Amino acid sequence: MELMPDFDLHRPTDVEEAVRLRAETEGALYVAGGTDMIVNVRRGIEQPAALIDLSSVKELQEIVEDDDGLHIGAAVTLEILAGDTRVQESFTAVAEAATAVAGPTHQSYGTVGGNLCLDTRCLFYNQSEWWRKSNDYCMKERGDICHVAPGGKRCFAAFSGDVAPAALVHKAEVDLVSATGRRRVSLADIYRNDGMNHLAIEPGELLAVLHLPKAESGQPSTYEKARVRGSIDFPLAGAAVWLNQSGDKIEELRIALTAVNPYPHLVKNLDKFSGVKLDDNVLNEIAEMVQSQAKPMRTTTVKPWYRRRVVGAIARRLTAKLSQAS
Amino acid sequence: MKNFVSMTLNGRARDDAIPGNMLLIDFLREIVGYTGTKIGCDGGECGCCTVLIDGKPRHACLTLAAVCDGAEVETIESLETEGRLSAIQRGFHEKLGAQCGFCTPGMVMAAEGLLRENPDPNEDEIRKGMAANICRCTGYVKIIEAVQAAAQEIASKEDAA
Ligand SMILES: Cc1cc2nc3c(=O)[nH]c(=O)nc-3n(C[C@H](O)[C@H](O)[C@H](O)COP(=O)(O)OP(=O)(O)OC[C@H]3O[C@@H](n4cnc5c(N)ncnc54)[C@H](O)[C@@H]3O)c2cc1C
Repeated sequence: MELMPDFDLHRPTDVEEAVRLRAETEGALYVAGGTDMIVNVRRGIEQPAALIDLSSVKELQEIVEDDDGLHIGAAVTLEILAGDTRVQESFTAVAEAATAVAGPTHQSYGTVGGNLCLDTRCLFYNQSEWWRKSNDYCMKERGDICHVAPGGKRCFAAFSGDVAPAALVHKAEVDLVSATGRRRVSLADIYRNDGMNHLAIEPGELLAVLHLPKAESGQPSTYEKARVRGSIDFPLAGAAVWLNQSGDKIEELRIALTAVNPYPHLVKNLDKFSGVKLDDNVLNEIAEMVQSQAKPMRTTTVKPWYRRRVVGAIARRLTAKLSQAS
Repeated sequence: MKNFVSMTLNGRARDDAIPGNMLLIDFLREIVGYTGTKIGCDGGECGCCTVLIDGKPRHACLTLAAVCDGAEVETIESLETEGRLSAIQRGFHEKLGAQCGFCTPGMVMAAEGLLRENPDPNEDEIRKGMAANICRCTGYVKIIEAVQAAAQEIASKEDAA
């Protein structure tokens, strides 16, 4: 066990105060539920000078519905998200993803914002201080080399949040707030293909709201992940699927993946299947396309080839399931 | 920097000045002296440190004590009444839901949270509700029976009342 490093704890009650404290306090980081941040602090991976706790910020705990859709505050817990009937009915994949996160205790205080901003993960990174030290650390934290791809200059730690791919197939957007203002961007735009620095948001920016647009809610969606233990585990690979069908033909198909790239990946070139009749051959082609875009590396104890195959198999199975349901 | 914290701990209000970096588990064990809550994995994986905060199960290992300002915290020490075990504790005792006992305080608190929300869970709901808690001795079957026995006892008391 590591001793807790010294840091101050701030408990702002509104967003404005939170972003101001974050901007004014050198070395400060946000913490919401803490189910990932506190683990990382205990392992010496994060050494914040201060933590800005978001759990007293009321406006981040609301789910608002209007003509545009559902607007989910970043500090809404995964349990509340998964239990919301509007989410279950109109954004099924999102509710399913939230119930697939860790175990029920984590879901009761882990938040949506923390899940979307989750750090990337790797076998050589999510370890105790002494474990990492005995291995000369790694590129992502204090070290020089990557143990996954020695000789390479890139970090391949995998983004392993469950909710992001589900929100991506629903074309979700997010509000980002900083001391200088507020902007709304598509969720896909806050990620980039870099395990070391996968969040394309400005330092200090707070993710305030997840917008799930109503226009995207009419079609069925679903999420599934492979994991070592069914009861509680990060995904080895996960896929969310959204399908719009007319008759037995695909109008539009969307698939997003998690845990197989350093960012949640919205599968490209699926428009190729628009207007195509969904049969076994097409399902196989879809699985192949998914597999070719998944780039799992040796970041878990389970082999990359398995994760690539299983993510294709999940995407195939879920597409078939949605097509039969509609 | 210390934070001033007013919490209700096992039904009693208290005020403390708590360093911002102190974990709830260290506050409970080292400051208050409630050593019933155990430290297992240190990383939110085993559930040994489960306590209830505002009625919901939460890891005392991953919760900063100062975040409990204004909250109601319940630990395993709160369950007995005048030396008598609670229904859930008795269930674990009589159905042999505890062997080495290390996971038991966390298991019991997770079961407490579960039964408050769902007093009549089926086996599947018990398995799901207790999924964040790991036991290396019992094989879980006895734990499920313990929770079932407790649920029955609580229900029969309520019927009698
Ligand atoms: C044993 C175990 C198993 C787990 N399994 C899974 C799993 O299967 N799937 C999964 O997805 N996760 C898993 N997790 C990780 C975690 O529990 C969830 O991802 C959870 O949703 C994180 O939310 P949080 O509020 O606890 O985040 P925190 O730990 O508070 O924060 C996580 C990160 O997000 C940042 N952050 C938080 N809120 C905001 C915000 N509003 N704006 C900007 N940045 C913010 C923090 O600074 C931090 O970097 C697991 C954790 C444990 C301990």
